[in-house]
Amino acid sequence: MAEHENGKISQKGSTRRVFLKNSGLTVGGVVLGGALGSLLGGSSEPASHHAAPAAPALTVNPAEALMFFTPEQYQLTQAAAERIYPKDDNGPGAMELNAAIYIDHQLASPWGINSKEYMAGPFYKAEETQGSQIRILRKDLFLLGLKSLDAFSSKKFESNFIDLAPEDQDLVLTDFSEGKAPDISGVKSTLFFNLLRSMTIEGVYADPVYGGNKNMEGWAMRKFPGSRMTYTQEIQKEQFVKLDPQGLNSHMSH
Amino acid sequence: MATKLPKVPVVVVGMGWAGGIVASELTKAGIQVVGLERGKDRNTSDYAMGHDELRYQHREELMQDLSKETITHRNNEKMRALPMRDYGTFIVGDGVGGAGSHWNGQTYRFLPYDFEIKTLTDKKYGANKLKPEYTIQDWGMTYDEIEPYYDTFEKMAGISGETVELYGKRSNPYPTGPMLKTPIMNMFEKATKNLGYTPYIIPSGNLSESYENPDGISRAACQYCAYCENFGCEYGAKADPAVTVIPVAKKTGNLELRTHSNVIEILNDGSKASGVIYVDTITGEEFEQPADVVVVASYVFNNARLLLNSGLGKPYNSADGTGVIGKNYCYQVSSASSMMFFEDKEFNLYGGAGALGIEIPEFVGDNFDHSEVNFIHGAGIRVTQYGNRPIANNVVPKGTPSWGAEFKDQSIKYANSFFPVKSQGASMPYRYNYLDLDPTYKDAYGKPLLRMTFDYTEQDRELVKYMSKVTHKIAEEIGADIIDTNEEQGDFNVNKDTNTHNTGGVIMGADPETSALNSYLQMWDAENVFVVGASAFPHNSSFNPTGTLGALSYRAAEGIQKYIKEGGSLV
Repeated sequence: MAEHENGKISQKGSTRRVFLKNSGLTVGGVVLGGALGSLLGGSSEPASHHAAPAAPALTVNPAEALMFFTPEQYQLTQAAAERIYPKDDNGPGAMELNAAIYIDHQLASPWGINSKEYMAGPFYKAEETQGSQIRILRKDLFLLGLKSLDAFSSKKFESNFIDLAPEDQDLVLTDFSEGKAPDISGVKSTLFFNLLRSMTIEGVYADPVYGGNKNMEGWAMRKFPGSRMTYTQEIQKEQFVKLDPQGLNSHMSH
Repeated sequence: MATKLPKVPVVVVGMGWAGGIVASELTKAGIQVVGLERGKDRNTSDYAMGHDELRYQHREELMQDLSKETITHRNNEKMRALPMRDYGTFIVGDGVGGAGSHWNGQTYRFLPYDFEIKTLTDKKYGANKLKPEYTIQDWGMTYDEIEPYYDTFEKMAGISGETVELYGKRSNPYPTGPMLKTPIMNMFEKATKNLGYTPYIIPSGNLSESYENPDGISRAACQYCAYCENFGCEYGAKADPAVTVIPVAKKTGNLELRTHSNVIEILNDGSKASGVIYVDTITGEEFEQPADVVVVASYVFNNARLLLNSGLGKPYNSADGTGVIGKNYCYQVSSASSMMFFEDKEFNLYGGAGALGIEIPEFVGDNFDHSEVNFIHGAGIRVTQYGNRPIANNVVPKGTPSWGAEFKDQSIKYANSFFPVKSQGASMPYRYNYLDLDPTYKDAYGKPLLRMTFDYTEQDRELVKYMSKVTHKIAEEIGADIIDTNEEQGDFNVNKDTNTHNTGGVIMGADPETSALNSYLQMWDAENVFVVGASAFPHNSSFNPTGTLGALSYRAAEGIQKYIKEGGSLV
């Protein structure tokens, strides 16, 4: 546990540096006043010099906390998401980008209990073309899926998922994706895998307001500028125009 | 027991394009209208945080809440229909503006050929070109008759575009010039010109320049911000009922707009309606709103469902082909495409607009000879630039895994270096593709859900095979490093994202035996009921439907005024 915490803190430092380098947001531009200022608050950059009332300087992002998972479930989610979207030469993986924080927050939201889906019965077995017909809620499927990941890993490699070598973790996840792992409360393991996969992608690329895509580095890797108001200057250019990412937070002053 | 309200001249069900246009035209003419909308009221300030891909595109913020109402689907009559529990294939709008708030803004006219498809097909290819199961029929109105209404809709919405020689004759040019041309559009233009085609910029409701419409509504030009499809436009640049026709209707003082009001039944005696029953979705209270004229202007699905649940009009029966409500449900076929990947080119694909693109007219309708092929009609072949939002756009060459190290590397490598030549094909009606009431599943108010029986037909599959070759040829001429062509149309899958252009179910025509409505969208079986929307299309063309829906809405508004003055059947 302590090691994980320490690991995280050092990663935090490095992502901050990468972000500053990538984004060029080292001068007191308009963007630095808002939440980005808070994200960067621990540094000695001129992030807070616009803030009139003496707000306490934040050393961490307060959204980096759990509202759904236990710490163990969180770490297992981090490990699994990292295999979906691993750290590489392009930049950070799902773990550093806080995809698991994103997943935690989403599963705690109305989406986790399928609030906008048609959930009335009866539930019949569906043909391939009819979409999923299951009663189980996303939040429950995810937790049962995590349990199943560990159970399957123990059976296959005599180890919890989190302690497996990355190659073996990939083998386990491949079995889940292909429905070769045991059913989860009557549901194909593929369904859990698909949920894990889609939430990981969302967690690295959704706006940082949702807790993932830390410091917009998911966007920076693919040169996506986030949510800017206009591209009339860039849209016709033959050359690629690289713009620093901006999040929804940049629209708060409008 | 429903609370009975005072009678009004006109009640309109649904406040999207169809309901908004009807409300605007009637209230301008001094007629009192009550507009009932099941969702919330909406204006541009709702979109201050609109550039949120997760919330709007993947959590369907602007769409119908499926926990309250959905459809059930089966591919054929042998299957048991099951509910579409979450969104996959198509999306259904909700709230003031309806689908007109979340649409992309691509605003075409249908072809002269579309309106007389049966006559023209028989004349040119003989009566046996299609099997008898394909229930194509003329629309009861020609292109020349609908042309003035297209013109009115385009002027109201400020459609941007350029005249296309191969399409129907226009009485006026588009009110605003075409959208900007981007490098990928230039590549498509050059390649298709080399191949002898005549590319044109897709007509757009996104506004290429600032514009004031005949109602005095001023809107600013599109910023190419890339958040159109599934999103509302915070600038009001995109034509949306909530920034065009509905404010006009409100300003007259003759519109009473009631939101959170879900109509569940049209009261009628089989030949005339006396009003509607609706539920206040916040309090659960029921109301009866009596009216002289009932305008049903909700989405395609609910238009058909409301009539079926109200016992209005004769339900379609696939066993003998009789009846009309639920008949000729159509979709579109979009599977033919060629994805291109470039090793050393990067495009500014983060920018875009919902109706930013370029297309060729050579493969639509009967613009090419169908003597040697096993289908009629065709497809628009095009390149578009909507803006590649990162959750939705992780396109990798065929054979790449969908997760893990290689996936991440490839999806980032090509993030700004891919685009498809794609197609959007017409959908012909088929005897066994239709809408009726589900025998099992109910909505939140206890009313049966709509059941869709639909699969792609032989005609659809042949069309896709043909069009995929066209997309491949153009992709080769463009010269990509990798071209992945999709050649087959699989089975219709309610969970796979393809197209959201649903049509039919309450169709117009010249004959009460084979259609539900006359060309004013007035019901043959109930003269004071008008059913407005793409539900009136006897088939679906290859073009996006909103232009034609808008034109028909203006036609219906004219018919309703005529009916209020004269009464009786208008045709």
